[in-house]
Amino acid sequence: MANQARDAAIVGIHEYPLRVAPGRSAMQIKAESISKALEDSGLKYSDVDAIYDTNEGEGGGGLGMSHYLGLKPTVIDTTAVGGSSYEFQTAHALRDIRAGKANVAILSYGSVAASNRTPIGTGGGTGAGAPNWQGNMEDSFGQTLIANYAMVAHRHMHQYGTTSADLAEISVSTRLHATRNPDAVRAMQDLQFMGTGEISVQDVLDSRVIADPLHLLECCMVSDGGGALVIASAAAARGAKKKPVWILGTGEATKYRENGGDITVSAGAQSAPIAFGEAGVKPEELDLAMIYDSFTITVATILEDLGFCKKGEYKDFAKGNRFRFDSALKPALNTDGGGLSSNHPGMRGLFLLLESVRQLRGESSSQIANAQLAIAHGNGGFLGGNHTGGSVILARD
Amino acid sequence: MPYNKPLPQPTPETQPFWDSMKRHQMQLPRCQDCREFHFYPRAFCPKCYSANLAWEDVSGRGRLETYVINHRAAPRFEEDAPYVIAVVTLEEGPRMMSNLVEAEPDPARLPPDLPLEVVYDDVTDEVTLPKFRPVRA
Repeated sequence: MANQARDAAIVGIHEYPLRVAPGRSAMQIKAESISKALEDSGLKYSDVDAIYDTNEGEGGGGLGMSHYLGLKPTVIDTTAVGGSSYEFQTAHALRDIRAGKANVAILSYGSVAASNRTPIGTGGGTGAGAPNWQGNMEDSFGQTLIANYAMVAHRHMHQYGTTSADLAEISVSTRLHATRNPDAVRAMQDLQFMGTGEISVQDVLDSRVIADPLHLLECCMVSDGGGALVIASAAAARGAKKKPVWILGTGEATKYRENGGDITVSAGAQSAPIAFGEAGVKPEELDLAMIYDSFTITVATILEDLGFCKKGEYKDFAKGNRFRFDSALKPALNTDGGGLSSNHPGMRGLFLLLESVRQLRGESSSQIANAQLAIAHGNGGFLGGNHTGGSVILARD
Repeated sequence: MPYNKPLPQPTPETQPFWDSMKRHQMQLPRCQDCREFHFYPRAFCPKCYSANLAWEDVSGRGRLETYVINHRAAPRFEEDAPYVIAVVTLEEGPRMMSNLVEAEPDPARLPPDLPLEVVYDDVTDEVTLPKFRPVRA
């Protein structure tokens, strides 16, 4: 790893602890998180010269966040590609820092989806929006977000013999990690989960079918929440309070339905090789995979696409509780408890980066021994239709 | 009871498709240079970027690419649950989202690649939706 460029690093993080935050606004969650992430980094608001924002809350975006925070940054980026936006923004921050255009960047996320009772996975198209060339062609058939992902699962099962029990391995390990994370335990209590302890494969299979073949315990929660992170140039990182977590490589990609093509392959198959190539590392070297777990099938598909195993071999790869933080086999998976059991306010991409940083600093509630390398891979949009994939490979100092 | 589910709102690109549905003869845009069909309709061929397109009749036959049996219904689809949403690969190449009709919502009876044919569903006086059913032997 001697020749890796170490030009930009994550130097400050904050995860908003509450998953049910009535009376709060998304902007309050973002602002509080940015202040605490800056405090964690030791840098100040006056150091910030770059803002990246998805415009997810109540009028943010690069412009709105500058205004809210009273800053006049000279890099303003409103990349919004769904739940993977934060991996894309991290890629852009690395690029902007390398180009000498940015020195200290902030990314933030806030959402009160649970308090607002937003039906993220189960709402359908309304047909009521402005006419467009794509969405209104599908609204008439009663699709939900969950249903779209379930269609990937059916095809994956057909082509490769994957079973619901294979997919359930992801729910089981993720829940174990959640039981070790006090914020995740409180989330499950506050959101009135039927149980907040460990679960078995059979528990997953016995849970209600939401969109066949996906069961309730294969679906992420809808919570409130948010967080922020600070990315700094190598020079600025030297002034940070904690050791930097270096951004070694990034990749971005899109995927959509087209003639031919394979619905079981995600955008990650294009973004990950770019990120691994830039980072100069191989999948088998990674200690941690933080993969967007909207649903179990999302993770299974992406593990294959990222090169941890070959396409179709997830069912063999998943055996033997290998995803646990204390497994002898690499990588551990979603050690914060994931969207399945810790938090999912709508766009989980930021949390993938936050837990990666905690692991590489040695601060996770399910700490991997001697963690050196991690990947955060976000998936945005509809896995069985239009979606984005963003890969970020991180290394400890 | 009036039909209360979401209806398509045609655009200049998609209007000819919905017009063809109304006539019960599905048409899709086809590139007159590279001969590829595409869907959803666009201003040019997404394969070769030629704008030399024409609307041509298609067979209405295809196969089941994948599907979901949706138990947790989208709003206004509650009375249909569980219902089957499918992606159909048409004989001419393009893929299309639709619903399966005249088919039990039972995974054992819905093997992927099952042969399908279009059914024209006149849901209102103005709108006809493409639905698909298994081809009977």
